[in-house]
Amino acid sequence: MTSVTHDESVYVPPAEVEEPELYHPKTFVGKYIWSQDAKVIAVQYAITAIAVGLVALVLSGIMRLQLGFPHVFSFITPSNYLQFVTMHGMIMVIYLLTALFLGGFGNYLIPLMVGARDMVFPYVNMVSYWVYLFAVLLLMASFFVPGGPTGAGWTLYPPQAILSGTPGASWGIVLMLISLAFFIIGFTMGGLNYVVTVLQARTRGMTMMRLPLTVWGIFMATILALLAFPALFVSAIMMTLDQTLGTSFFMPALVSKGEHLGYNGGSPILFQHLFWFFGHPEVYIVALPAFGIVSDLISVNARRNIFGYRMMVWAILAIGGLSFMVWAHHMYVSGMNPYFGFFFATTTLIIAIPTALKVYNWVLTLWRGNIHLTVPMLFAIGFVFTFINGGLTGLFLGNVPVDIPLSGTMFVVAHFHMVMAVSPVLVVFGAIYHWYPKVTGRMLNDTLGKFHFWVTFLGTYAIYYPMHYLGFLGVPRRYYAMGTTFIFPESAQTLNEGITIAALIVGAVQLVFLYNLIWSYFHGKPAGGNPWRATTLEWQTPHTPPKHGNFGPTLPVVYRWAYDYSVPGAAADFIPQNQPPGTKAAGTMEPHQ
Amino acid sequence: MTYALLFLGGIMAVVVWWLVRQTVHVKPWLEQRPIESVSGDGALPLPSVKVGLGVFLAVATSLFALLISAYHMRMAGEDWTRLALPRVLWLNTAVLILASVAMQWTRVAARRGQLDHVKNGLIAGGVLSFSFLAGQLWAWQQLNAAGYFVAANPANAFFYLLTALHGLHLLGGLWVWGRTTAKVLRGVEVGKVRLSVELCTVYWHYLLLVWLVLFAVLLHTHT
Repeated sequence: MTSVTHDESVYVPPAEVEEPELYHPKTFVGKYIWSQDAKVIAVQYAITAIAVGLVALVLSGIMRLQLGFPHVFSFITPSNYLQFVTMHGMIMVIYLLTALFLGGFGNYLIPLMVGARDMVFPYVNMVSYWVYLFAVLLLMASFFVPGGPTGAGWTLYPPQAILSGTPGASWGIVLMLISLAFFIIGFTMGGLNYVVTVLQARTRGMTMMRLPLTVWGIFMATILALLAFPALFVSAIMMTLDQTLGTSFFMPALVSKGEHLGYNGGSPILFQHLFWFFGHPEVYIVALPAFGIVSDLISVNARRNIFGYRMMVWAILAIGGLSFMVWAHHMYVSGMNPYFGFFFATTTLIIAIPTALKVYNWVLTLWRGNIHLTVPMLFAIGFVFTFINGGLTGLFLGNVPVDIPLSGTMFVVAHFHMVMAVSPVLVVFGAIYHWYPKVTGRMLNDTLGKFHFWVTFLGTYAIYYPMHYLGFLGVPRRYYAMGTTFIFPESAQTLNEGITIAALIVGAVQLVFLYNLIWSYFHGKPAGGNPWRATTLEWQTPHTPPKHGNFGPTLPVVYRWAYDYSVPGAAADFIPQNQPPGTKAAGTMEPHQ
Repeated sequence: MTYALLFLGGIMAVVVWWLVRQTVHVKPWLEQRPIESVSGDGALPLPSVKVGLGVFLAVATSLFALLISAYHMRMAGEDWTRLALPRVLWLNTAVLILASVAMQWTRVAARRGQLDHVKNGLIAGGVLSFSFLAGQLWAWQQLNAAGYFVAANPANAFFYLLTALHGLHLLGGLWVWGRTTAKVLRGVEVGKVRLSVELCTVYWHYLLLVWLVLFAVLLHTHT
């Protein structure tokens, strides 16, 4: 480790971008409702996303009740079941995970971690949240319209999405599509802020290669989202026109009950291309922030610098780039040309390389680390396990000959949930336990946290591991009930019952988490400014929670990267990014040469 | 999806090029230069709002590239009938070119600090842009009168969709134009609107370019 002594009186070059003028609200409404402070907007995003996520969680519980104990609950009809499947999927992927990672963590962490006072366009940032809320309300409204919400499945494939036999084919689907369009408009407003803030508002000394990986992950995910969401926007608009004005973008010629429906020659495959052109990057829109956050959680709690920082950055970029080259692996069963299948199988397998590289680097960061099994660390390690499991089954499904027999089965549900649902959700929990002390000034209860982790972690394995076996048996996904199909052994149904019981337990334990969030806000142990003894700038603010403007009268100056943990010779096992070389801060000493 | 992929390839190339130019080659764990030698944080030497506009234009380009991709894929359908383009589109194109020229003239005047010219240029640019939109509506009307409303055939549906989305983008620009023009009419000094005028001009040039590409695509496939 080299170090250069520094005299604080020397000239410090001015920042290249002037500090923005902050809006200073004086009323409660200005401060907490129509707020332009990214931290308040982050909390607004997080509360809304978690609230709508709870709705989706309840829906999944109802679905599991039906699958585990068919014909017991009369209020679950086949139509309802499809509606619950659809709403659960779309809410979780878009309205919870995307909104929480980018709108929630992005808003809170980007300005603080890069050393900025706020996002560069605070007003647009505020509007972004309100447009998001409007999109959520539109989606929720579909529960109350004639026909209920759409039951087309979360991929909304035409033609069935807008045919009369599908639940919610009149109002529900239109509300879903319009809600998605508004979500994308709102996200674009927020996304512009995240990207430009990282590009332009970094404090002095905060070069790109000194950014914490959390910021790198959110930054790259935002770029992906900005470029990929237009595909969903376009398909949503086109399908809305098909449904409302009778165009035939996606709708082929159809005869229903002996009557020609008026559509002609549309291409459902075109919709699939557009949807998955968005849909596959969406996996990484959720995963990249999770990768970044987990890197930081592991580094902080192993008291070690992240292994292979540069490789981690390049891996994020490579994954981002490659994620646009693999979309059609979701369409192997659409009858595509086998050569295309070969191409997309190859790119899919290639993307495993940078992803595996990240996994190795997390494990190597842990290797011989001074591991502190805090609650965030438990969730981070849980993520690594789960992501490896989910990733490995992805290699199965990435191959055409394996995918074709499995694609209609519960194997896909198991794979998808391990890699795209449980993994990022574990990171969400880890991140909340990690940054809650900064947001509120209080620690979350540790015992409740560990209880929450172990039940969630083991419970999700109890849910999804057996589901792979159901898939191998050929148990189909999307089915309301297996009925009198005797090709499945009786044990398949017993397994389904077990999965349902595990799912209900995991669902119920989330109430403990919610209780912890609320209880700790009032009674939690005071956190202090830097309870995890972390190096990044958000932990170096003069106030906890940080006030509007984040850093008091002067912005911090950054002298080092974000991972100076356990530096040989240093008195403390961390050196904050804003600590000048050769000086002491917060009881630390500069390392020896 | 070739067009969309080409566009995205270009964007990724720019991102990688920019990062290579950044300090991506350094070893940050060793790099602790004294702060006086740190030339800055590597921000682009542009106002943030300009960078924001650049990012937005990339998003809008993604949207239009995907639409063009979808247009070409849908053209492969057996029911595709070629579109009879209204001739007024040529006039509209000329009007939009003039609007762009007017905005460029305004930009030059703003740089020179000539308030009167800025005022005239903005008004001319706005009037021409509204004329363009009116002309597009007229084209819709002509198609409708000829019996080709949005659902008549897929080529028509795309025509309405493409022109509507382009028009909506122009309307968004006109909202910013309206705020800038109101300031100029109130007599605000030129320095305070120079950046807005520049942003409007860049946006107008971009929308002209998009329209020319869309028009070329439509011409390439019309009757």
